[in-house]
Amino acid sequence: MSPRRTSLYDRHVAAGAKLVEFAGWELPVQYAGVREEHMAVREACGIFDVSHMGEIETSGPGALALLQRLLSGDVAAIGVGGAQYSVLCREDGGVLDDLFTYRLADERYLTVTNAANHERDLDWFRACARSLQADGDAAARVDVEDRIEDYAMLAVQGPRARAIVQALSDRALPARMTTATLRLTGAAQEVLVCGTGYTGEDGVELLLAPADAPALWDELVARGATPAGLAARDTLRLEAGFHLYGNDLSTERGPIEAGLGWCCKEDTGFIGADVVRAVRATGPSERLVAFAIDGPGIARQGNAIAGGGVVTSGTLSPCLGVGIGLAYVPAARAALRTPLEIDVRGRAREARVVRKPFVAKAA
Amino acid sequence: MAEPSYPDDLLYHAEHDWARLEDGEATLGITWYAQDALGEVVFFEPPAVGMTLTQDEPYAEVESVKAVSDVVAPLSGEIIAVNDALAEDPTAINEDPYGAGWLVKVRLRNPAETASLLDAEAYAATLAG
Repeated sequence: MSPRRTSLYDRHVAAGAKLVEFAGWELPVQYAGVREEHMAVREACGIFDVSHMGEIETSGPGALALLQRLLSGDVAAIGVGGAQYSVLCREDGGVLDDLFTYRLADERYLTVTNAANHERDLDWFRACARSLQADGDAAARVDVEDRIEDYAMLAVQGPRARAIVQALSDRALPARMTTATLRLTGAAQEVLVCGTGYTGEDGVELLLAPADAPALWDELVARGATPAGLAARDTLRLEAGFHLYGNDLSTERGPIEAGLGWCCKEDTGFIGADVVRAVRATGPSERLVAFAIDGPGIARQGNAIAGGGVVTSGTLSPCLGVGIGLAYVPAARAALRTPLEIDVRGRAREARVVRKPFVAKAA
Repeated sequence: MAEPSYPDDLLYHAEHDWARLEDGEATLGITWYAQDALGEVVFFEPPAVGMTLTQDEPYAEVESVKAVSDVVAPLSGEIIAVNDALAEDPTAINEDPYGAGWLVKVRLRNPAETASLLDAEAYAATLAG
């Protein structure tokens, strides 16, 4: 089956992007170059086409109850126009996905999923809805809709991102971790603007009709947003210390091990809460830590750590010029400054546990 | 280097490596095609002087942000010099793959091996397919 293309495919080709297949989509991995794109986001403004990500809309009087059961956070704490980062767990506490959920209206929520997990997440949401409706009363109606076809998504990130996007609206952009539906010059229909991002810099993510995305892309690029691809997205998120599902998160481990206990509220009774509560109480046997290499070498996913543990993400940090990454290590070795010896393709590289983020926000 | 380039005075190996022959010795590197496929090189640790290379076998690695690639020896020999400057700044491999981006110099063990290499035209033809 040939990969899908976003509504911006022609723009990427015209901009000279190197395209790669990712999660069933044909996407730009880089344009001018990874380092250049990375630094554009750190210093000015980059724009990413992340339309491959999925969207699930949960609505109706039973929406809150369903999302409380599914998402690790306290969904009741999300006000209208709010946003929340959480994980989706299996009964055994293994992580199925990490998600952002926006409350668009009283009984209407939009959850953004990772592309590779979208179908699985959708099935999971629907199965949970069915089982709640079987148990509960007929009044708790909930609709779970796949909205992936209805949204393109652009991430505009960097110290100048807000200013560039604000110039397209005569209403104030939403603050960090909030959302607003606004008219933006260049987009025919209203855009859902979210004060969120995956780079560690300030900025917004824009959800809009796929047909409107090319003109808005053109407008933002003309105003100084540098097209940036998947490779820069990865180096940026890793410098910021953010997790990537499939590397740092998987069904094999739970959120406490991953350092995501802060977004879990076990008392809301989400699927997997009991296991998460137990691990939190006894302490996890492994922890995800951030590490930096002392000297040359770049650790990669799968590299083993002497004495136990494994690297789950690794790259050369464009800002720091050293190898950085994330790794699971035995809990006793998770303290800051603990020395780690990483087997990088047969060579032992010395590293140590450091604090996240590796690189702090510019502004 | 923005445009594809395959100098006529070099010999090429199908695994995207080149050799410049000089009196029983050869300077080796990776081709324009290889550096373009890799993207920006972020790390290259030169192998040690004295190491033995065997034709067709990997002798070093070049790393880009996302990936690590083996560098294959186009000819057998003993390393007599390495490009230490690349340890500080490996981007010469992208910018000048046949000049400042040279990787190692070897004393050839079996000069007859050059007969199995391709000239620029033949190598470029393998890329077109």
